[in-house]
Amino acid sequence: MANSQRYTREIPRRYRLEGQRFVSGNVYLPMRYIDPETGERKFDPIRLSGKGTILSFTEIHIPADTYAREAPFAVAIIETDEGARLTAQVVDCNFEDIKIGSKVELIFRKIMEEGNSGILNYGYKAILV
Amino acid sequence: MIGIVGFGAYVPAYRIKSRTIAEQWGDDAGTIERGLLMQEKTVPGRDEDTITISVAAAKNALKRAGIDPQKIGAVYIGSESHPYAVKPSGTVVIDALGIGPHVHVADLEFACKAGAESMYICYSHIKSGEMDYAMGIGADTSQGAPGDALEYSASAGGAAFIFGRENVVAEVMYTHSFTSDTPDFWRREYEHYPRHGGRFTGEPAYFKHVLGCAKALLEKSNMKAEDFAHAVFHMPNGKFPLKAGKILGFKQEQMDQGWVVNLMGNTYSGSSPTGMAAILDVLKPGEKAFMISFGSGAGSDGFIFEATDRITEVQGLAPTTRGILEGKRIFLDYGKYAAYRRKIRFDN
Amino acid sequence: MRDVAIIGVGMTSFGELWNQGIRDIFAEAALNAMKDAGVTKLDSMYVGAMSSGLYAGQEHIASVMADYIGQRGVPSTRVESACASGGLAVKSAFIEVASGMSDIVLAGGVEKMWDADDGSAILATASDQEWEAYHGVTFPGLYAMMARVYMDRYGLTREELARIPVKAHRHAINNPNAQYPHPMTIETVLKSSMVADPLRLMDCSPITDGAACVILCPLDRAGEFTKNPVKIKAIGAATGPIALHDHKDLTRLDAVHSSAQRAYNMAGVGPGDIDFVEVHDCFSIAEILVAEVLGFFEYGTGGKAIAEGQATYGGKIVINPSGGLKAKGHPVGATGVAQIIEATEQLQHRAGKRQIENAKLGLTQNMGGSGGSSIVHILEAV
Repeated sequence: MANSQRYTREIPRRYRLEGQRFVSGNVYLPMRYIDPETGERKFDPIRLSGKGTILSFTEIHIPADTYAREAPFAVAIIETDEGARLTAQVVDCNFEDIKIGSKVELIFRKIMEEGNSGILNYGYKAILV
Repeated sequence: MIGIVGFGAYVPAYRIKSRTIAEQWGDDAGTIERGLLMQEKTVPGRDEDTITISVAAAKNALKRAGIDPQKIGAVYIGSESHPYAVKPSGTVVIDALGIGPHVHVADLEFACKAGAESMYICYSHIKSGEMDYAMGIGADTSQGAPGDALEYSASAGGAAFIFGRENVVAEVMYTHSFTSDTPDFWRREYEHYPRHGGRFTGEPAYFKHVLGCAKALLEKSNMKAEDFAHAVFHMPNGKFPLKAGKILGFKQEQMDQGWVVNLMGNTYSGSSPTGMAAILDVLKPGEKAFMISFGSGAGSDGFIFEATDRITEVQGLAPTTRGILEGKRIFLDYGKYAAYRRKIRFDN
Repeated sequence: MRDVAIIGVGMTSFGELWNQGIRDIFAEAALNAMKDAGVTKLDSMYVGAMSSGLYAGQEHIASVMADYIGQRGVPSTRVESACASGGLAVKSAFIEVASGMSDIVLAGGVEKMWDADDGSAILATASDQEWEAYHGVTFPGLYAMMARVYMDRYGLTREELARIPVKAHRHAINNPNAQYPHPMTIETVLKSSMVADPLRLMDCSPITDGAACVILCPLDRAGEFTKNPVKIKAIGAATGPIALHDHKDLTRLDAVHSSAQRAYNMAGVGPGDIDFVEVHDCFSIAEILVAEVLGFFEYGTGGKAIAEGQATYGGKIVINPSGGLKAKGHPVGATGVAQIIEATEQLQHRAGKRQIENAKLGLTQNMGGSGGSSIVHILEAV
């Protein structure tokens, strides 16, 4: 479970897919200070297009309590067209329609609720295109 | 020229048929379908709310407007299902869209009229010269109590409109508002579902305000029903808007395009704005459109728009309202619907 | 560096230990190990636990445990590397003995998992909290995504995958400390409830309470305590990306590979020299991926090889004679130490019906998260 403080500082990444492209060309969504592949430190901010491809996927039947109302739900590892890797839920489709190689687009959805009285957490999920 | 520079709608992929709800409560499905002129309605996904619907609709509006989101000076979201009781929906929406932080944001509520209200305020901002662009959104995940007549109509969706003075696609020619204190429908704080006055919501509420506003707007503009290519009236069910239009002299074919209620249901604050977005999808340069909202409590905001030559350039830049509405549909049974809409109580 | 030996081992039964708290189970394992080694006084100790705070409401357990095993005043260090915390405790103790700083050092691991209500959420803290767990993915979900790629790429069938937990349970029958020492059928695996498609409940290691401890000392002093010490011949540790999506190839556990290469190099041996292994089979697919990256099978062939019986008695190499995490149980912080105990008992030829004939060189592999950390030990009978 997140909280307001941790949640707020990730808004640029989670809401707007603001990542970074290092000089090497490697693209990351979470903020990194050094390219783990090359050791490069110079990068440009980049806003991901939200388009990508599914590398693998699963359907979670037994989640943590916070996500219990949503189960079962699909989760995938996605490589964006820019080359960034991320994990996201895949929604608004039948699980049977998800394949390795499926093209997806990231959309803005509610990710979870912090109980009945906590804040609502938003971010990206994927839909098949 | 002041008017709409970009517009967009969104409805969730999930649906429930009127027939499914009727079977749940032992109502006669045929009577319901004929009485309300509604076949099905949209249902928000478990991860959708007024905020996510607003973002989705606004992204479509931004695609059509083709402007830098940073140039938007105000964002208003009209809804009666803001996810928080205290904490704005609009702040999430602007940060998701890359608008601001130098922006005026407010959440509006006026039953089903709040969306049209946001449009009116945006129009006024541009007219005053206060800012270059302003975005008004009407979106809802409407509530209807289990077994109540509202359950057949209360649905989810929304539309967003960016107003400006450059690259206008539909000019605002006239507006009018008509308001009085008429408690036909309400929801008290801490209550889950709205209550309503049954038939009192009809003549003394919906028709008094819709017709009052429409007649004044026609008089003000010196226009007649036949001057408009399309018209949309708030759609609490299938019948009311068609009846109102007929009284005003509109023909069925003028109302077909904006009458999305048979497939969408009543998206409350998103109802007439979504119908208007559907009209803008097909409105031709020089054609006029007539829009009358209604919010219980009660009031109506009316608009007369005229399309510019530019409208044909933007219509194809984002999915159309009917394209979304008639596109991918995932039908739910009543049990799933009840869980999605949290009609089943969860204690954690 | 001095050579280091294991002179005593002790553990609790693994399972649902409702009548014992976290300090009770650690004390039981530690006192068993000290008795086995014949020592009453430690110079130092290390306690591996993934999340004693979230599971049992107690942090600062290094001090708690020292006090509760009669070692008040002794330096005691808690170490954490998710499910590899136990392996890290042994590595840390090894370094302290090898360096000459201390002689008699306890390395233990503990987890009291049944004291928690939402175990999935606790385990998920070992994944990338902001970029994986936030999106609802669980550990079974992460390994399921590895399994899907492996099955898709190499044609491993669901039925073949089910043979791996079946083998684990067959081994565990002979392990008196195992949580589930009973036979398992392929049908039971295939009919067990879906956890994260394609992984079912019987593909997953269980929730387990347990503790395990070993006592280390310099090899040249080992004779003071035992007739058959076991030498820690090599240790290799490595880290990898914490988020599965950052692994270049979702079926290659790079941290396991690096940790194994370091251990092989330090020991001067290769996979062909190893007589048996205890690997981190937190999920059925994990045993395959680890066995391949350790060099026991070619990439893409491990699944079918293990399904065909190449990883049991009479096969190419015995993997997880103890029953592994799947059937012996997986109290996360204790697992790495329990693997060392199994290897020690095998090399001391006191593994009972599980005994592997002529076992001289054993390897253990303990993994954190979805490959975010890995620790390999190579143990040798002396």
